[in-house]
Amino acid sequence: MKHIVRKAFWDYEKEEKWLNEMSAKGMALSDYSFCRYVFTENPNNEYTYRIELLENLPTHAESIAYIKFLEENGVECVATYVRWIFLRKKSSEGSFDIYSDIESKIKHYKRIYVSWNTVMWVEFIAGLMNLSIGIVNLNIGNKLGNFSFGNIIIGTSLTLLGVLFLRIGLPIRKKIKRLQQEKAIRE
Amino acid sequence: MAESSERGALTEAVFYILLSLYSPMHGYGIMQNVRELSNERVNLGAGTLYGAINTLLEKNWIKSIQGEKDSRKKEYKITDLGKTVIQGEIVRLEELIANGKKIVGGGL
Repeated sequence: MKHIVRKAFWDYEKEEKWLNEMSAKGMALSDYSFCRYVFTENPNNEYTYRIELLENLPTHAESIAYIKFLEENGVECVATYVRWIFLRKKSSEGSFDIYSDIESKIKHYKRIYVSWNTVMWVEFIAGLMNLSIGIVNLNIGNKLGNFSFGNIIIGTSLTLLGVLFLRIGLPIRKKIKRLQQEKAIRE
Repeated sequence: MAESSERGALTEAVFYILLSLYSPMHGYGIMQNVRELSNERVNLGAGTLYGAINTLLEKNWIKSIQGEKDSRKKEYKITDLGKTVIQGEIVRLEELIANGKKIVGGGL
């Protein structure tokens, strides 16, 4: 039996936690596309799930080699979404973490931080451009009709989106900082 | 004297991967072996292992050999250079332990 759950996460670690809670209840993730999780009924806690952001798209040669390596090591890639991959391993084979060293964890967080930051800047730039176009149009006598109000509305919402992505990025930056501190004194 | 780039401490993961590869092993074997060697203390993440293997291959501390039983799985083995590195590391670790015991006391 398949179950579809629609849900959105900003924090991939919360998403991981949720997937593992679902797995504990016998709902094993078998596919994912934008905010759409497909679960298949499985014995309780059969799999442990992890989510990773790759450096390249999953179709890139390096990603293919990496996913192949994971599969040789008992890690199954159940779904990919842009550069994100959803991995699982049989819980009976012991604990499952993708990275066990601090350096790799920092690199992974940095990849995520950069990708959120990129979206943030796109929103900010597009938002502020729209705002300024709207304001300039209003000032020169509203020549383009209601168009300028449209710009202001779009601009405001894009800028707010930018603020949202800025907020998503902050906790990741904190985590990176903490790990870097840890790395300075121990491996 | 060894080159300066080889004087630094090895990471725990690299040290145990190199030790494991005194006999040929594939990735999964390394993970299991390291867990056993360390009494379950060191659990190598698959991503960490993948990164380490690639770096060690590049540095020529290990080499890949085609596995006999299952040709799809790559096996790895330590090189002579890798063995030199491990030997140097053991000397370094011994110095740390000797100094630690001398100052803190042997009866830990």
